[in-house]
Amino acid sequence: MNLILKVWRQKDARDKGRLETYEARNISEHMSFLEMLDVVNEQLVGEGVDPIHFDHDCREGICGTCSLVINGSPHGHQKATTTCQLHMRHFKDGETIYIEPFRAKAFPVIKDLVVDRSAFDRIMQAGGFVSVNTGGVPDANAIPIPKEDADKAMDAAACIGCGACVAACKNASAMLFVGAKVSQFAHLPQGKVEREKRARAMVSQMDSEGFGNCTNYYECEAVCPKEIKVEVIAKMNREYFRAATTKI
Amino acid sequence: MSTLSTLKQPASLPAHLTQTSVGKKILTAVTGFIAFGFVFGHMVGNLQVLIGQDQYNTYAETLQGLGALLWVIRGFLLLAFGIHIWLGIQLKLENWAARPVAYKNETTQQASLASRTMIWTGLIVVSFVIYHLLHFTVRTTNPEYADLTDSLGRVDVHSMVVLGFSSYLISAFYLLSVGLLCYHLSHGVASMFQSLGLNSPKWQKRLDVLAWLAAIVLFAGYAAVPVAVMLKLVSLPGGGI
Amino acid sequence: MKLDAKTPSGPIADKWEKHKFDMKLVNPANKRKYKAIVVGSGLAGGSAAASLAELGYNVDCFCFQDSPRRAHSIAAQGGINAAKNYQNDGDSVYRLFYDTVKGGDFRSREANVHRLAEVSVNIIDQCVAQGVPFAREYGGLLSNRSFGGAQVSRTFYARGQTGQQLLLGAYSALSRQVGLGNVKMYPRTEMLDVVLVDGHAKGIVVRNLATGKVSSHAADAVVLATGGYGNVFYLSTNAMACNVTAAFRAYKKGAAFANPCYTQIHPTCIPVSGDYQSKLTLMSESLRNDGRIWVPKAEGEKRAAGDIPEAERDYYLERKYPSFGNLAPRDISSRSAKEVCDEGRGVGDTGFGVYLDFADAIGRLGEPVIRERYGNLFDMYERITGENPYKTPMRIYPASHYTMGGLWVDYNLESNIPGLFVIGEANFSDHGANRLGASALMQGLADGYFVLPYTIGDYFARVGAKNIQPDGAEFKEVEKAVEERTRKMLSINGSRSVDSFHKELGKIMWENCGMGRNKQGLEKALQEIPALRERFWKDVKVLGDNSEMNLSLENAGRVADFLEFGEMMCLDALDREESCGAHFREEYQTEEGEALRNDKKYSYVAAWEYQGNDKRPALHKENLEFEFVKLATRSYK
Repeated sequence: MNLILKVWRQKDARDKGRLETYEARNISEHMSFLEMLDVVNEQLVGEGVDPIHFDHDCREGICGTCSLVINGSPHGHQKATTTCQLHMRHFKDGETIYIEPFRAKAFPVIKDLVVDRSAFDRIMQAGGFVSVNTGGVPDANAIPIPKEDADKAMDAAACIGCGACVAACKNASAMLFVGAKVSQFAHLPQGKVEREKRARAMVSQMDSEGFGNCTNYYECEAVCPKEIKVEVIAKMNREYFRAATTKI
Repeated sequence: MSTLSTLKQPASLPAHLTQTSVGKKILTAVTGFIAFGFVFGHMVGNLQVLIGQDQYNTYAETLQGLGALLWVIRGFLLLAFGIHIWLGIQLKLENWAARPVAYKNETTQQASLASRTMIWTGLIVVSFVIYHLLHFTVRTTNPEYADLTDSLGRVDVHSMVVLGFSSYLISAFYLLSVGLLCYHLSHGVASMFQSLGLNSPKWQKRLDVLAWLAAIVLFAGYAAVPVAVMLKLVSLPGGGI
Repeated sequence: MKLDAKTPSGPIADKWEKHKFDMKLVNPANKRKYKAIVVGSGLAGGSAAASLAELGYNVDCFCFQDSPRRAHSIAAQGGINAAKNYQNDGDSVYRLFYDTVKGGDFRSREANVHRLAEVSVNIIDQCVAQGVPFAREYGGLLSNRSFGGAQVSRTFYARGQTGQQLLLGAYSALSRQVGLGNVKMYPRTEMLDVVLVDGHAKGIVVRNLATGKVSSHAADAVVLATGGYGNVFYLSTNAMACNVTAAFRAYKKGAAFANPCYTQIHPTCIPVSGDYQSKLTLMSESLRNDGRIWVPKAEGEKRAAGDIPEAERDYYLERKYPSFGNLAPRDISSRSAKEVCDEGRGVGDTGFGVYLDFADAIGRLGEPVIRERYGNLFDMYERITGENPYKTPMRIYPASHYTMGGLWVDYNLESNIPGLFVIGEANFSDHGANRLGASALMQGLADGYFVLPYTIGDYFARVGAKNIQPDGAEFKEVEKAVEERTRKMLSINGSRSVDSFHKELGKIMWENCGMGRNKQGLEKALQEIPALRERFWKDVKVLGDNSEMNLSLENAGRVADFLEFGEMMCLDALDREESCGAHFREEYQTEEGEALRNDKKYSYVAAWEYQGNDKRPALHKENLEFEFVKLATRSYK
């Protein structure tokens, strides 16, 4: 199939950037979306044009490196699918595809479609952990954890930190990401020791990074490739209220 | 958990609720809940117009008779509304700032139109409420209402309402505003539960339905009065206008 | 070069305990005077950086990904082994040790493997304490599953995302130390060379991938946790950016590279669908429990799978290995698939694929049971191929997956360059010629949490804090060389893209140094690779410049190293005239087609030492002595 691509090109953070139009010719329906971009890049290099820069790594939907807003939806319109797992059979011959970077003040563009998501790391550094050092911990079976709690924690822990929630949110809010981590630990006895401090620290850091506020659009939930539910945001709200009413 | 983070965290509950994203959200929900309570109570009061002049004027007099307490309630409501509006505007400005470059091609996955227009429905309702207060409470727009009394010598709010809604323009504005208010609540009521942390995948759909039911009931309740007046189901004691 | 493994003496179970006591310690108050550089932030690097910082050392940690959480450890699916014996089924440290040595076909170092089995139990405790949500039973205790190569249930797992959860655990520990200011994290930063001062590794030269800036970093020791080199085949289950550069640069500075020919090929991956293919996706081996593997009997069969009558199908594994059938071990199944495809009987558009058919199982058990067992895998298969495996058979083909070879290290995980430590998949030490399932995660975390933090302290205590600054002549010289190489790549301005060279190299390696190797093919590859390398340096086209984000440039540097490394891999495969584990020399097999080991001649670690560009590296041998495990032939009959 042949496609028209409208791709965001931006030389660096200072550049204003613009949509450029490229043709993707002879695309196989079995290609992944990123392989289609690889083919276009090969063409561009042949023509002496700087290839389109985009983030990607594992290409099996788990590392969270790939991004892209495809036709207005982060990771495209396939449910529970990252861009790297999205295949061209879901597009039509002759279709025009818009490819834009994740947009948020907290995710500045580095080049073309590559954005800086280090704000997520800083939120994790503020409190996304259990304060235990290596060694000297109790036996793994010393604390039984109800299966339901372990499963709930795992549901939240499935987050790959891709940032699609931020990109999809009309407010560029990071609540789903932060909520997922706060929830994971709030469901486990190991995490309960520091729950108040964690909720406070992570929310403060999130706010200082310039993410927007949550107004319960639930766009994040719709695009999350790991299908994390807004339930985790509700849980974080409860955790935060608890923290706000507890003296630390 | 001691990190080197130099970020200053709020030191008191009011600070948490007014300075952080999650706190503001919780406070928006709480003040929204108060406003919702008022809206519901006000509807119940209004519906007494349909029972008759005596019932409604008695109700009005009882309210007025609360004296100082009435002012306390008014102050409390005004504060809640004020905080709700102030937070709404502040959050919106922050949200706009959080995405300085817009998408060229933007789609919406599942956010309802009501959720995306909260600020606008909210601001229109605010402007209506201001007019509504000037109209019926302060009576600046229609000072002639102030002199109306019923046969028992009480302030005749019943006639004031009937007179007010006899104007198609006023009724239409009223219906539109109440409609927008209910639309606002169709998202707001469900959203309130989520913001307060009272949500789960199982309850999410139910809360959406609940919010819509609440919105529809409120709209029906509020619309009943002007509609009844315009259909002449309720009229002035003398039967004429 | 002298290869001293520094294996402690004494009974196998006491070696590590004794060694821990013999090692020197750094006084707690003096720890802050030492700095370690950790390159890589996966299970090994992340856990090491966090643990070193917790001890009080200063740590600089580097990763080329945009966040340490994205290292490729994250993609491991199945689980992590530990000799906890929670299932009361006869597991023990000694059994895990024995299974691992045997699984590695007796080509690993006993003492290292035993230590791995010993600390495996601590890993699970540590991860649970960090809040890793392992699967649990209804009683609240941890759940286990069984895995290939073992007769006990010792594998801990978190759904099909064990690697992700363990990595996020290590990442959370690392994040905590970054927040505390004990680790300085450098994401999007690629190591391009190691710097030696007075023969000791004392720093690295890196390129900031976002800005192109090249800079030097100094420390008292350098730890490489930079993963494996499976991408030498171009197509593999590795992430796109996985590369050999850091390890290969260290090799060029004098570190010995051990057993590069030991590369594991996983039998059940989704096959290549076309030339554009960029990576291969693994499907869990568990599918072989219910799927039957077959190809058409006739060459060039064009009919759809469902139209081929039973009599015209060849269930080749069931035919050749009647007792093991479709559950034949990884290497046997992989090689058999290659054979039938080479005969022209492969399926799919490319002819490189075999059917994995669930029709019988669905007929016997019903679709709901199959969905219950494999639903998520079937969904993933459908997402990638667009075919419904409930209706048509899956197509699978083997793919490069893990590399057992790596930089040579002694018992302390220190390479032959003092101060250069190598951990995780990047070293060679624990898996011999073949790695068992669920052991990679175990090794990465064992090295990072429980081995390196002890052994690096011994090195620090012995040599003392040097407070080296990254502005000495040694650093400037390496920086200059790095920049020169970059300039050269940018100035060639030839006609072919970097990827096209990588693909061509991958094809040579896959055909000649892949699942089956023989003298003739390896010699052919040894002719072709230098020629390809020469063309690369004449005709590669790298656009853009060095002062910005430049993905082609990054890739060009990695491919250039693969073009040299591939040659060494073939040399090693040619030298090893035996078949062992994943290394299958077609000339050395039993009548039944089993690997034929030659313990008399090849019971050694082949460590290759760099001798200069385009010169044959020197081979050094570390003889493997088996004091505790009896050498035996693996049998699947």
